[in-house]
Amino acid sequence: MAILTPRDEADLVEIVGAARAEKRSLEIVGRGTRRGLGRPVEAVDRVELSALDGIVFHEPSELVLSARVGTSLSEIGGTLARAGQELAFEPVDHSALFGHPRGAGTIGGLVGTGWAGSRRLKVGAARDHLLGFEGVNGLGERFKSGGRVMKNVTGFDLSKLVAGSFGTLAILTTVTLKVLPRPETEETLAILGLGDADGLALLREASGSPQEVSCLAHLPAGLHGPFGETSATLFRLEGPAVSVASREADLMARWRDRGAVEILGEDASRALWRDLGEAAPVAHGETQVWRISVAPSAGANVVATLKAERLPIVGHFWDWAGGLIWLAAEPAGDAHASAIRRAVDAVRGHATLVRAADEVRAGVAPFHPQPAALTALSVRVKAAFDPDGLFNPGRMVGEI
Amino acid sequence: MSLLMPLPETAILEKRDDIVARLQAIVRPGNVIHLERELSAYECDALTMYRQPPLVVVLPETVAEVSAVMRLADELKVKVVPRGSGTSLSGGSLPLADGILLGMSKFNRILEVDFDNRCAVVQPGVTNLAISNAVAHKGFYYAPDPSSQIACSIGGNVAENAGGVHCLKYGLTANNLLGLEMVLMGGEVIRLGGKHLDADLYDLMGVITGSEGLLGVITEVTVRILQKPQVARGVLLGFPTVAEGADCVAAIIAEGIIPGGMEMMDKAAIDAAEAFKPCGYPRDAEGLVIVELDGTPAEVDHLTEEVAKIARGRGATSVRVSSSEAERLGFWFGRKNAFPAVGAIGPDYLCMDGTIPRKELAKVLSRMDELAVKHGLRVANVFHAGDGNLHPLILYDASIPGDIEKAEAFGADILRLCVEVGGVLTGEHGVGVEKRDLMGEMFTDIDLAQQERVKCAFDVDHRLNPGKVFPSLHRCAEMGFMHVRSGALPFPEIPRF
Repeated sequence: MAILTPRDEADLVEIVGAARAEKRSLEIVGRGTRRGLGRPVEAVDRVELSALDGIVFHEPSELVLSARVGTSLSEIGGTLARAGQELAFEPVDHSALFGHPRGAGTIGGLVGTGWAGSRRLKVGAARDHLLGFEGVNGLGERFKSGGRVMKNVTGFDLSKLVAGSFGTLAILTTVTLKVLPRPETEETLAILGLGDADGLALLREASGSPQEVSCLAHLPAGLHGPFGETSATLFRLEGPAVSVASREADLMARWRDRGAVEILGEDASRALWRDLGEAAPVAHGETQVWRISVAPSAGANVVATLKAERLPIVGHFWDWAGGLIWLAAEPAGDAHASAIRRAVDAVRGHATLVRAADEVRAGVAPFHPQPAALTALSVRVKAAFDPDGLFNPGRMVGEI
Repeated sequence: MSLLMPLPETAILEKRDDIVARLQAIVRPGNVIHLERELSAYECDALTMYRQPPLVVVLPETVAEVSAVMRLADELKVKVVPRGSGTSLSGGSLPLADGILLGMSKFNRILEVDFDNRCAVVQPGVTNLAISNAVAHKGFYYAPDPSSQIACSIGGNVAENAGGVHCLKYGLTANNLLGLEMVLMGGEVIRLGGKHLDADLYDLMGVITGSEGLLGVITEVTVRILQKPQVARGVLLGFPTVAEGADCVAAIIAEGIIPGGMEMMDKAAIDAAEAFKPCGYPRDAEGLVIVELDGTPAEVDHLTEEVAKIARGRGATSVRVSSSEAERLGFWFGRKNAFPAVGAIGPDYLCMDGTIPRKELAKVLSRMDELAVKHGLRVANVFHAGDGNLHPLILYDASIPGDIEKAEAFGADILRLCVEVGGVLTGEHGVGVEKRDLMGEMFTDIDLAQQERVKCAFDVDHRLNPGKVFPSLHRCAEMGFMHVRSGALPFPEIPRF
């Protein structure tokens, strides 16, 4: 295996052209912090993009940042923070699950995986913030899509396709993202001791309240989380201090009799939600970890079904008002995939195997299997970008 | 019609009676419209300068009927043009002489409102506003609000990725969708998303949104609904120059404030609005900014003060804060009536839709003035200032020979200018046929071929809404969509619009 490190776009075009001529498949890597996601790639050569580095521009009053894909998330986060801004979808860097330092991953890897943190419910994911990109397709051609403005319907929105495509469609070289002001302050209301059904019902109630709760999670009793052994139902309020205070007062008045309330101030609140986004409460140990997305009202059922089937759950919690379940289980050769997917299929949604040994992820489809018609369509979309199947073969599903 | 569309296929035109009979066997016969006098009602959408009666109109009532129509079209190799309410401003549902116009107007039911999961499942023919109305009793609404919201359908909103005046804070259609059901060319029915978040594999829903009816026919839409903000308040700001207004907008955002809406009008638009119906706008202002702040009462109080302070520091000559709902709506009155107001002095107008980086506004407006002199026409500007979406309204008189062509040439120059300063051809109206031949200003042939190959993944024979979005059609070869130029067919030469 050769490791290829293009210095610029011209190098990359040459690399892809040669790979195509010689039918040599390529594993596409930024700094490799997310290689544990998806199926292990068996490619002939590896392309490392960390040399395509640097912020192209950041214009705070235009709410836009453009960076080459190898730029680290810590550099981007630092630049934005100096202007009081951030990527509002809360980049997940998988540091807790895979044991990397925070911010070590690249912006390209972030867009490629497409995952967002707890604020996903309110502000969307990477797909909602990617305004445009430049890249090289499987024909070895440089191309672009979108632009640098947030209101743009000119041509097909290929940004949506490449976000979350795990490097299987194109090798991105530059990404342009919408950025937003970081909220002036924040705090979290934690209601302690609620049962799971009551806690989840309260999340859904709050998600439809005018108090603009930006993140809603429920940590069940017994999870070795920040609240010890007791359950915690969590509500994040962000914005100007005067607004946060008034919304807190409104919610406290409504929920006075629901249970003991703990209020986390700005720093503790920020740290809490960063940890939840990284699935830190279920990351410890040698477990297999699943990320399950369903309708918020179905979140409780899925866990109840799995418990009834005696799945060896080590820890779990709900985010996104109950619609996102992070679940850690004792390791098994099939990662309990059929039981988990049966439970999810009964309510519609998807279950992604996030952490498991390479041989397990090679044997079990890490991404939720699709109806045949959709898989066939996705294969055709792949062919539209990479007809020879050069990029990250098998990373998402066997056919892609 | 000066616009070149794919040449009608004689073989299809000759089979018209057969096609009508086959459609009548699929849907109720009354839902097949084929008499010449009835077809004329469908000959254009809201871009009325281009007209073409379709081969036949079919109005299916069920997904099974849509699927059967698409299967038939595939079998007979006939083109299909989908249509919602026909409010496209870019000719997205302009019919083809040899194409079936597939009208979705009978799909007009709200299937489910799920407050627990904050979403609504609706048929594509439901109007944008009807969704908000259906959930208003519990204080919810559907956020994207294109100005045609009383008439435009949600299926059309998905096809065009429709925007509105609140996009900066609440996003476009693409950011407010959870699920779609769609019928592909050939009749296959697929479902994407649902009530959960994130795609399971590729984000096909994302690329379908805004694909202008080229990838499939939407038969069901699941949208997010939001709780209405407790309070909304307007701030009306007058500035001695447009540039100072633009600086103020930038300063508000730089202070970390994301208003629910932020609109700007230039002197020509202010004057037109005041002449149409006086609405109390400052007549000495060259640039007017309307800021709407929404949220909880404490937040809105706080932000209103902040915005007023920033505006005074940036040279605002008048600052008014609404003290009642009536006053807030009054601030919007002139802006919302800007199009008919300009139409009243026009007598005709052409509405453009470019987006620019906001910092380029002053430069773009002064270049636009030069272009107005060059083309001998007037222009008024309304502007979604928060997100940089510009709506220049070019005034012309259709009764003067040559005026339409002058207006089109002026419009094309404006859009080229938008691209030149880092912006795009269309922010929310779509490419359609209107901006089709300008796509080369923004994209290279390679960029466009990449988009076309995605089209091929959904519709390999280009039967679905051909002649829209792409300035020329390339055949999709069987092997990996390797594109080849189609030689003399079906677009021998395409004029610049």
